[in-house]
Amino acid sequence: MIRDILNEIDAVEQALARDDGPQRAYLTRRRADLLAGCKALTPEDRVFLARHTHRPKIDAYINALFTDFFEQKGDRQCREDPSILGGVALYKGQPVTVIGHRKGSDLQGNLKYNFGMPGPEGYRKALRLMKQAEKFGRPIITFIDTPGAYPGLEAEARGQGEAIARNLAEMSRLEVPVIAVVTGEGSSGGALALGVADRILMLENAVYSVLSPEGFASILWKDASRHGEACALMKLTAQDLYEGEIIDEIIPEPLGGAQRAPEALFAKLDERLQAQLAPLRRMSGSALVAQRYKKYRRIGQE
Amino acid sequence: MIHLLDSIRSAPGQKAFEWKARREAQGTAQPWQPPQFFTCPKCQRRATRAVWAEHLYVCPNCGQYQPIGGYYRLSMVLDHGSFRELNGRMHGHDPLHFPGYSEKLAMQKKKTGLDEAVVSAVGRIEGQPAVVVVMDSRFFMGSMGEGVGEKVTLAVEYAAAHRLPLIIFTASGGARMQEGIFSLMQMAKTSAAIAAFAEKGGLFISYLTHPTTGGVTASFASLGDVTLAEPGALIGFAGPRVIEQTIGQKLPAGFQRSEYLEEHGFVDQIVPRSEMKATLARLLRLHQNHTKGGKRL
Repeated sequence: MIRDILNEIDAVEQALARDDGPQRAYLTRRRADLLAGCKALTPEDRVFLARHTHRPKIDAYINALFTDFFEQKGDRQCREDPSILGGVALYKGQPVTVIGHRKGSDLQGNLKYNFGMPGPEGYRKALRLMKQAEKFGRPIITFIDTPGAYPGLEAEARGQGEAIARNLAEMSRLEVPVIAVVTGEGSSGGALALGVADRILMLENAVYSVLSPEGFASILWKDASRHGEACALMKLTAQDLYEGEIIDEIIPEPLGGAQRAPEALFAKLDERLQAQLAPLRRMSGSALVAQRYKKYRRIGQE
Repeated sequence: MIHLLDSIRSAPGQKAFEWKARREAQGTAQPWQPPQFFTCPKCQRRATRAVWAEHLYVCPNCGQYQPIGGYYRLSMVLDHGSFRELNGRMHGHDPLHFPGYSEKLAMQKKKTGLDEAVVSAVGRIEGQPAVVVVMDSRFFMGSMGEGVGEKVTLAVEYAAAHRLPLIIFTASGGARMQEGIFSLMQMAKTSAAIAAFAEKGGLFISYLTHPTTGGVTASFASLGDVTLAEPGALIGFAGPRVIEQTIGQKLPAGFQRSEYLEEHGFVDQIVPRSEMKATLARLLRLHQNHTKGGKRL
């Protein structure tokens, strides 16, 4: 299990920091061995990494990749949903709209951001920002990291399903480039509602699936505790999705997960984002819409 | 309902369609031994199949709506002899090679006589042509995988290409788990098809029936120009059990039912089954000769 390996790496690194005696050579070797053990990860390991508390969150990506970020709040109908963060920023000096699920990195943050589970207001805010991006001709970059849309009473009363459906339909017609980056866990329609894009990039240890492994196990076998088994069957890793031609590119992560060396990850993502965005910027709005339609149209086509 | 004279001048395929519809009305895959009686799951009162059929499978005693088969519903909606099926033989595959899924699919086919959880057809309603898609909850809970997504998308594209209005009766437990991410992507595919159809000025009537949940609610079901619902249908994104577990309290009576959705502004009108055809015909008439940007469609 990756959890044990990471714990041991932490212990070894702490020992390394303290010790500069004869143990050093051994500890260094041990660390290298442990890191090598992070190369072959099971889908369940990747689910663990995708949900890691210290995995970079949307704020970190915005700080690293963009400048001059201006947050825009509220859906203009009912309320501000902090589980989605969005606004305008500069990317390489050019304005873009950035939208993504927001998770906290501690309990307090998670309570505030509802564990990254948006209600309909969050999706409607996202749609508002996307339509605005289209109006001003800005590309849209979304970051996906959610256990799913919030299954609550008010969320249903205000039309969770309708809000997601509307986003899917409207995103498919946006006449500006849309790039989605799956950074953590992407589960169910709650993830897809920010994910109808021209290009989908996915971090090496991110996962993307029809439902969380727990939900999947509880629907199929009425037993959420069988989520490990579900992980193995669901084909939810970046590699699986690349082979299934759902995503366009895998962004490699540092050994042991993004949380171990976020800077290296940001640099790589920056490079790939730029490479993917450049050709899209040169396309006309109608060409983008036609291309995006085709991209989804062929999934499951005979 | 079906007269001898009509069957003489019926279109090719009409016979098979009528047979399928009648079989579904009898509620069994074995037409040679129809059970005589049907018991209402709600009030437990029994009635003969003939009485149930006369009441369009709304309980003659308590008024509870029973789910009905796709062909049977089409026979209620379409003018006699106008039915023509679209992509009849299309069915889903097993993209994840999920253990036991192929066998389960084969079993569902045998049980229901359907190839997928949706039937699509082109026909006439009181003389007005339309594409009508009906989901069938008996097949795999009406769940949406690649087969359903593809059939729905093809029907939408057919309506767009022939400039016909589109009516979809939804009934679904949501995304089909066994097809994983490929079933999730059908939400994007069908919604994109509806969006393109809408941009061309097409009329889409979404008719929600029991149950419409999950990925179908969160895609094409919620994108109608006009949204109708059958009385008492369960309609929502998350299932009631999941919500109760999440918020740790009992849900109020009537939550996520058609009437609740109407009250919260997500349904234009609740239409009883007995008025289904007349209402659809009326809506089609009201959208006759509509134009978009001054150009006749």
